[in-house]
Parts: sequence; C-alpha cells; structure tokens
Amino acid sequence: MTTNMRLAWRNIWRNKRRTLITVASIFFGVLLSTFMTSMQEGTYSKMIDNVVGFYSGYIQVHHPEYWENKTIDYTFTPNDSLEQALKNNPSITSYVQRLESFTLMSYKTSTKGAALIGIDPEKENKMSNLSHWIEKGSYLKPGDDGIILAVNLAKNLGVDVGDTLVLISQGYHGATAAALFPVRGILKFPAPTMNSLGGYIDIQHAQNFFSVPGKYTSLVLMVNDYGKVNQIKHRLKAELGKQFEIMTWDEMDPVTKNMIDADRSGAYITKGILYTLVGFGIFGTIIMMMAERRKEMGIMVAIGMQKSRLSKILFYETTLLGFVGVLAGFAVSLPLVLYLVYHPIPITGEAAKAYEQFGFEAAMFFSAQWFVFARQLLIIFIITLTVYIYPLVKTLNLKLIKALHS
Amino acid sequence: MNVIEVKNLKKIYNSSEVKVNALNGIDLTIEQGEFTAIVGPSGSGKTTFLNMLGGLDSPTEGEIAIGGTDIQHLSSSELIDFRLRNIGFVFQAYNLIPVLTAIENVEFIMQMQGVSKPERLQRAKELLTQVGLGDRVNSRPSKLSGGQQQRVAVARALASKPKFVLADEPTANLDSKSTENLLDIMEELNRKENITFIFSTHDQRVVNKARRVITLEDGKIISDVQK
Ligand SMILES: Nc1ncnc2c1ncn2[C@@H]1O[C@H](COP(=O)(O)OP(=O)(O)O)[C@@H](O)[C@H]1O
Ligand SMILES: [Mg+2]
Repeated sequence: MTTNMRLAWRNIWRNKRRTLITVASIFFGVLLSTFMTSMQEGTYSKMIDNVVGFYSGYIQVHHPEYWENKTIDYTFTPNDSLEQALKNNPSITSYVQRLESFTLMSYKTSTKGAALIGIDPEKENKMSNLSHWIEKGSYLKPGDDGIILAVNLAKNLGVDVGDTLVLISQGYHGATAAALFPVRGILKFPAPTMNSLGGYIDIQHAQNFFSVPGKYTSLVLMVNDYGKVNQIKHRLKAELGKQFEIMTWDEMDPVTKNMIDADRSGAYITKGILYTLVGFGIFGTIIMMMAERRKEMGIMVAIGMQKSRLSKILFYETTLLGFVGVLAGFAVSLPLVLYLVYHPIPITGEAAKAYEQFGFEAAMFFSAQWFVFARQLLIIFIITLTVYIYPLVKTLNLKLIKALHS
Repeated sequence: MNVIEVKNLKKIYNSSEVKVNALNGIDLTIEQGEFTAIVGPSGSGKTTFLNMLGGLDSPTEGEIAIGGTDIQHLSSSELIDFRLRNIGFVFQAYNLIPVLTAIENVEFIMQMQGVSKPERLQRAKELLTQVGLGDRVNSRPSKLSGGQQQRVAVARALASKPKFVLADEPTANLDSKSTENLLDIMEELNRKENITFIFSTHDQRVVNKARRVITLEDGKIISDVQK
C-alpha cells in the first residue's frame, strides 16, 4: 500500500460513525439498484427469450417485400450466396426454414383464422425444442401429413387429437389452397399468447398447400451471442445486398422492444433518484471532512507537501468511501441475485393471471450478467468522481495562511 | 554564514476595511547556529514575520533570501518544495498528522524528500530518542501529551535536515514543566548539532533561554540584543 493510500484509508476511518453511515447509504443504494437491475434484465431476457426462442429467432431472412405484405406471394428460394453467407458466419449457430401464412381452420361448425406455419419438424425441434410443449398426442414426424395445434386454438375449434381439420387459404398468386389435416398433437406453451397463435405442419406439405414448391417465407437464425445481433445483421446485409430482407427480433417485434425500452426509462428515473440521494450523502460527508481538516491540510502544505499530492490523497479517500460501499453492496447482492437467478420468485393469485394474460410466465426472473454489477460500480465511481471535484478545487486553491489559522 | 537575510520587509493586510501595517520595514540577518527569540506584545507582528521567513506568506515589499535564494521569485509549488528541503516548522499546536504514529510523522517528511525506507526509519528513531520519546514511537498523536506532541514536532522539523527551524509560540499551549523540557531539548540540539532555531514567544522563561532576543513592536524591530 502506498503512503497516500494508507493515509486515505486511515483518514476515512477517523470518524467511524460518519463513515459507516455513508457506507451504509451506498450499500443500500447499490443493493436496491442491483436488485432492481437484475430483476429488469431477468424479465427482459425472459421476454426476449419468449419471442426469440418460440417464434421469431434472433434474425430472419425474408423476400425483400415480405414483411410489409406478409403474403405467400413474397416467398423466396435460398440461393448459394445466402447459404454461403450463413455458413461462413461463425456467430450463426443454426437456422431453420419456415413457410407461414394466414389460414382459416374449420372443424364441424366452427372456423377460426390462425397462423399456419410450415416447419422442418426435426430442425425446428432442435432449435426451439418445440416438441417439449406437446401436451397431448405427439409431435410431427418427418414428412408428417398432420398438424399440431396450440392449445387455446384447439379449444376454440373444439378439436382434439385424432380429429381432422379443414384448412382453407389463398395460395401463390391467388391459387386456392384447401386440404385436410388430422390433428396429431396439442401444444401448450409457457407464454400464453403463443397458445392462440396457430398450428404447425410439415414444410413440404405447406409448400404443396400454398403451391410454392421449394420456397420459404423466412429463414430463422439463432446466434451464439445476443449482443451481436446487430453486428450479424449488418454483415449479412453487406454480403447479400438487396436480394433479401434481414430483420432482427426487435424490428419484427417492436411491441416487446418498446415495452422493454419504456420500462428501462422508468427504472432509470427511479435509480437516478436513488443514486442522487446517495451522491448527496457522500458529498455531505466530504464537505464536513474538508472543513474539519482545513488546518491539518494547511500544516501538511506548510511543511512541504505539494497540493497535488494532497488532492491525490483526497481522491483516494473519496473513491475508497464509494468502493467500500460498493463492495459491501455486492457482498450481499451478489449471492442474493445468484440465488434468485436459479430460484425465480413465483407470482400467485390475481397477479399471476394478469401476468399470463400479457403473455408472461407468472414469476419474477433475475439476471446475474456482469454488467448488472459493473454498472453499479461505474455509477458509484462517477458519483465519487463528481463529488471529488469539491476537494480537488479546495485543495488546489488552499489558502495556506487562512488554513493554518482556522 | 548568513542563513537568512531580510531587507526592508513590509506586510500590509488589505483584507478588511482598515489597512493593517503588520510589518513596517524590517532589516535582519540570521546566522547559522543562532538560538533566537522573537518577542513582543500580541499583535506586534511576530507570526506575520515568522510566516514570511518560512515562505508561508509573501511580503508586500522587501526581500528575503534564504541560504542565498530569493524566495519571492519562486513559484508556489517551488516554494513548497523549498520549504520541504530548507525549513523545519513547529507550530503552536496540532502540528502532527493525527492518523500517523509518532515515527510515521517523522518519517513522512523524509519520505517526501525521497529518503530510503531504512534510512528514514533509523533517523526517525534516533530523533525521537533524542527528544526523549524513544519509547513512544508507535503512539498516535492523540495518545501523547501536548508536550510530547511538540517534541515529536521538533523531531519532525529536524528530520528533513533544514537550514533552520521556525517555531511560532511552540510553548504557548504547554505547562511550565513541558515548556522547560521542550526548551532544554531545543537548546541541546542547538548546542550539540549547531541547529538554528528561531522562535517567537511571550513567555519570559523562554526568552531567558534565548541567546539573541529581537523585540518587535508595531511591526518594527525596537531592540535586538545578543547575550
Ligand atoms: N490575515 C490577516 N488579515 C488581516 N490582518 C492580519 C492578518 N494576520 C494578522 N493581521 C494583523 O496583523 C497584525 C500582526 O499580527 P500577528 O503577526 O499575528 O501578531 P502576533 O503574532 O505578534 O500576535 C495584527 O494587528 C493582526 O491583527
Ligand atoms: Mg502570533
């Protein structure tokens, strides 16, 4: 430990009570903020997982006009350059083809509009573990000529495993699409909105049904790092030009994205207020400390200590105060958050129903990503740096004679 | 050899509505090895004068040369360094860094000068022993009496091997026994090691120990007596 550091450390403990109060305020600030941030990030990543894992993937490749029109007329056949681009990007872990469109589904007297999604049963299962959500009956076999339905849709139609559905839609360029599909299984997702969405059939049957052999509406990409999504998108765009439309999950699902952003801004305000209070606490302590030690500082400069060195000691004091508080905060928040990551807090009763209505699992999820903690450390560091302006200015402008006589 | 040469030194305080002529043209020479007291009634300018000699405050007019260096021409940070290397200070009270032990306080000044750890440890121990605190080296100032604190301050002032030691009323807060003890130590250091001491006081017993007594009144030297 350098002499400056040792002096700083001893100085902050000169008034134990005051230092403990200051440290405690930082501790509670960090604890609350970590807890809050962890819960936010846990919730967001759950929301994104729902959207991405069950449905959109992180990135999709479409016909350039597909997203705007969403009809079967804007399908595409993957070409070599697309396949090369996907293969050559190490961040893309897998992808599946889909062909989807709106369809009327009828059983006896009831008819419902729903999404019909053509999938490669095996590949899709590998990627999103779709078969895991089969509640009744069985998952699609390769080349299967049946359909699996989301549970609420099946309920509304009044169908069960073994019944046969009539599907009617519009095929390529207005061709009539109509066929019979026996129900093989019922899917029940943890995210309730998914449960009314639609049904899945084998992709080749879907291509025949819509009269678009060899064509797809989308390639759904999974990537190894959520943070790289935009980077991957830009690389694909650069490689493929305007042949295809490349969209990220948040572009395809702006509702989720906006919800996350809005919630984040709200939380920023709360945390901003919290940390402002903490900041003023630290500031108050530093002001008192400076006032008490004016004469002592005068003596130090008188006997030959440069003011710059004095300001350095005060820098250590200010940041140490913050650092001790952050460490104390982490000492409690880290184990707490780690525990909660593995044991989400279940939500029960009315609140649980509300959660499910909006498509969420009824539990509070937490995240222990490094930045949840790093951010608190950074904020406290910035606060202490800001507070430090005061002792810095005071020491550099120390009026020696006045200080000696105080 | 002249350690300090002061010519026509004036200090005017303009801070309040009334101008205060704290020093009114002082000429003075101090030689190596002196043991000099600055005396005079309260408000006569003793503190102001010692602050000028120590480079703690700048004169309104006049010149101060210390060991041949005109200190008015030094920048503020050069002046701090000059004080570190040339002048030892003993203030009236609360001299020491409270979070450092006696020996750390003495070492600290040498550390600022860049003296190596083993050397400064040894010197600090020697000095503290010389001022009679060999057994209290690890005590914090708050655990020492006022007299002991002043003795540590003397040890610290000497640690940097200064050209002279300035002490502004070093005994003002001490009882008579501690006063005598501190003065004896200073006198002995002066006699044995030829260390120059300049101290202000209005305690007659302290004045009696001095070999030269300079009396100030209204910022002027009215008498300068060598014994
Ligand atoms: N910072 C200051 N501002 C204004 N006047 C001062 C200041 N310091 C000292 N004085 C005045 O200068 C004169 C000399 O003061 P000082 O040197 O402290 O005398 P002493 O130490 O002999 O008591 C006094 O009249 C005092 O009031
Ligand atoms: Mg005085």
